[in-house]
Amino acid sequence: MIASARVWKFGNGLNTDVLAPGLYFKLPAEEAVVHCLESVRPEFVKEVRQGDVFVAGDDLGIGSSREQAPQNLKMLGISAIIARSFARIFYRNALNIGLPALVCAEADQIEDGDKLSIDPVAGSITNETKGQTYQCDPIPEHLMEMIADGGLMPHLKKKIAAGQK
Amino acid sequence: MPMTLAEKIVARASGRQQVRPGEIVTCSVDLAMCHDSSGPRRYGPRLKELGASVWDPTRVVVVSDHFVPAVDAESARILKLTRDWVAENKISHFYDMEGICHIKLAEGGHLKPGMFVCGGDSHSTNGGAFGCYMAGYGATEMTGVMVTGEIWVKVPETIRVNITGDFGPAVSAKDIMLHLCATLGMDNHFRVVEYGGPTVRSMSMRERMVLTNMAAELGAETGIIEGDEITAGWLREMGAEVPADVLDWKGDDDAGYLAQHQLDIQSLPPQVAAPHSPENSSAVENHTGTLVDQCYIGACTGAKLSDLHMVAKVLKGHKVAKGTRLLVAPSSTAAMRDAAADGTLQIITEAGAIMLPSGCGACAGLGAGILAAGETCISSTNRNFQGRMGSGDSSVYLASPYTVAASAITGRIADPREYV
Ligand code: SF4
Repeated sequence: MIASARVWKFGNGLNTDVLAPGLYFKLPAEEAVVHCLESVRPEFVKEVRQGDVFVAGDDLGIGSSREQAPQNLKMLGISAIIARSFARIFYRNALNIGLPALVCAEADQIEDGDKLSIDPVAGSITNETKGQTYQCDPIPEHLMEMIADGGLMPHLKKKIAAGQK
Repeated sequence: MPMTLAEKIVARASGRQQVRPGEIVTCSVDLAMCHDSSGPRRYGPRLKELGASVWDPTRVVVVSDHFVPAVDAESARILKLTRDWVAENKISHFYDMEGICHIKLAEGGHLKPGMFVCGGDSHSTNGGAFGCYMAGYGATEMTGVMVTGEIWVKVPETIRVNITGDFGPAVSAKDIMLHLCATLGMDNHFRVVEYGGPTVRSMSMRERMVLTNMAAELGAETGIIEGDEITAGWLREMGAEVPADVLDWKGDDDAGYLAQHQLDIQSLPPQVAAPHSPENSSAVENHTGTLVDQCYIGACTGAKLSDLHMVAKVLKGHKVAKGTRLLVAPSSTAAMRDAAADGTLQIITEAGAIMLPSGCGACAGLGAGILAAGETCISSTNRNFQGRMGSGDSSVYLASPYTVAASAITGRIADPREYV
């Protein structure tokens, strides 16, 4: 459950090059992250707070398979991403690094600065600012377990330690 | 509820009666493939870190194809690391410098209808030609597969492409795919592209593979083609066991498709994709006369035995023009052997082509035949993104083996219909 999180709203076709510019790949992750979205919305990195949510239109994360794109959003404190549609690899990468990604046909209704509460397992989003509720494709519990563990690698580590694999 | 073929396979692999598009399920993996670039060098260290071993070494196929043969100390190191890892982990199936991964999976008879297969390469869609569900994943995810034998899948929608009509002279599956890149676009995320119709049913396995291979260019989760007698015949020819249910894996007649497209190829002309995207495809006549420094026959898409036959058909009795070069990297050593045996290689080499080793070669910009700044190439590969085949300032046109061969004869992009 995510409660009363502030929305950062973006448009269609946001690509992995603006989320994680290749120019800074050689820098350590903590330094590269400050360049996230600098070409489209420079104040984002400065003003985003732990727990905020990221909302976009169609084709979020098109471009390369770089894991840094969702990783940057997670490092900056984003607790969930919502979009009308995702690029396949970006979507998979997001869940596999422990960042819930939700497909919501009504993402267009959500505006910058709105406050959202999200139940990923039920697949419901409540817009507290607008008094609206939206349905999204739910994330099943078994996958939320991996997300809660921090992603695929920490999840595997935990399972192996527990002798489950 | 009726299901498409892809949905049926995902349902079977996830142990369910039924799956719906959009649902997320966990599937058991029947077979996992990786190559020297995405494989052991990346997840070997991760497995060590986890203290984990491979879930089932008999279900893993490793292929060294990206860095073969070694051209420097680094590629030699990667190839050795791959060999050592295969030996250490007792992997059952290893093809070391025998050809390109997607082609070796086919030639090894590893792919059968109904299987759920994961590949550590974006063109893993290729395997769908055999009626299996095979998609590509990144290195972290393939680490998970190696450890658990499982992967999560968001059940994709299926789009159906019905193809009718006969191929015109010097027109091939590659032209269909270039045409589809322009018409269906490259953003078919989370969709399976299922190909069917009389034209597909009459195509050989090698040509069918071109359709599913380039489903990757459509942005699809994967491409898929129902198995039939031709699929069974291929397995027999490759000396593989033909499963009893080989003809049973079919979508339901009333299955729900997201969209259905009809394509009649009767009058489809040869296609050429201009730099720097497969989406920039149109009829060859829009490009004829463009000077080319290099003509490249290679890759999983465009250097199988059938592709070499197309090249020889055009080249017979002709020479490669001065001012250009024709490089040919057969997709496997078996394709090279068979082309030598049936006289195809003789025609190609007499025309003046330069033969290269079987592997990914210049396709991924790693091996022999890469381009200098300012150079232009026409290629039978599948991607022409900026800088893919060498310098960031080079330009690549994509076309069928017929069209690449015709262009080699004139040194300019040429219409192959004049040569067959
Ligand atoms: S030949 Fe090219 S497209 Fe095929 S696997 Fe190798 S690099 Fe990828």
